[in-house]
Amino acid sequence: MNTEQLIFYFFSALLLTSALMVVSIQNLVRSIFLFFVSLFSLAALYIFALADFIAITQVVIYVGGVLVLMLFAFMLSNKELLNSLQPIKKSFKFYQLIGIFICLAFLFVLVSLNLQIDFSNLSWIKSSNPIMESDNTTHTIGILSMTRYLLPFEVLSVFLLMALIGAAHLARKGKKT
Amino acid sequence: MIPLSHFLIISAVLFCIGLYAVLTKKNAIQILIGIEFMINAAVLNFVAFGRFDKINGGGQLFALFAIVLAAAGVAVALAIILNVYKHFKTIDPSKIDKLKN
Repeated sequence: MNTEQLIFYFFSALLLTSALMVVSIQNLVRSIFLFFVSLFSLAALYIFALADFIAITQVVIYVGGVLVLMLFAFMLSNKELLNSLQPIKKSFKFYQLIGIFICLAFLFVLVSLNLQIDFSNLSWIKSSNPIMESDNTTHTIGILSMTRYLLPFEVLSVFLLMALIGAAHLARKGKKT
Repeated sequence: MIPLSHFLIISAVLFCIGLYAVLTKKNAIQILIGIEFMINAAVLNFVAFGRFDKINGGGQLFALFAIVLAAAGVAVALAIILNVYKHFKTIDPSKIDKLKN
């Protein structure tokens, strides 16, 4: 096992354990900060798929934007939960058992499907020339977003403007009627 | 070079963790975190397949678009959660059962 694989499996183990702790921990503030850890390790996995620009975007948008927004909404909406931070006694409910069962069934379907496919012999993977470590993917993304994907790019910018106006309109204090 | 199937298995596990959060949590913000996990698992798939698409760059560009769309969605969803809290004084989705207050 070389260094690349070692770092990859370290980050994937970090990602999966922190994601499991996010959904299983009782304290909501701690789970939001663990979400931060899992997003960072996901950005590390993007680097191993040779998508460094996507990894940077992940760090900037998710860690810088989404997470701060979530903490902000949490602080504004859960005052009574902050007042009583004493640990709630753990009790395993029936609906959680059903949820775990559904998720394990879904996981079984996905992983067994994955194990049946022999990826190295697929024709479109054999005929493609994969991205090498020496390639400049940021340069390629910049050129492609201005030529081949120009229409989705512009639609996305209009959509972002719509989301910005919509969120500001929803969150402002309405007139008392 | 990491084989493609390892990325797919990791993203499958991440997707199922997100699905569990969506199914069982009783807090709108935690459900939103579960949805984010599912979106991120899909983006990881896009990026892993995008390594074999050097000329068109479809995987990486689409992953970029998906990240931006998810961020915009989170902004609107959090604004809606704040409004819901203002009306109902709770963000437990199972207690919010009226469309018109």
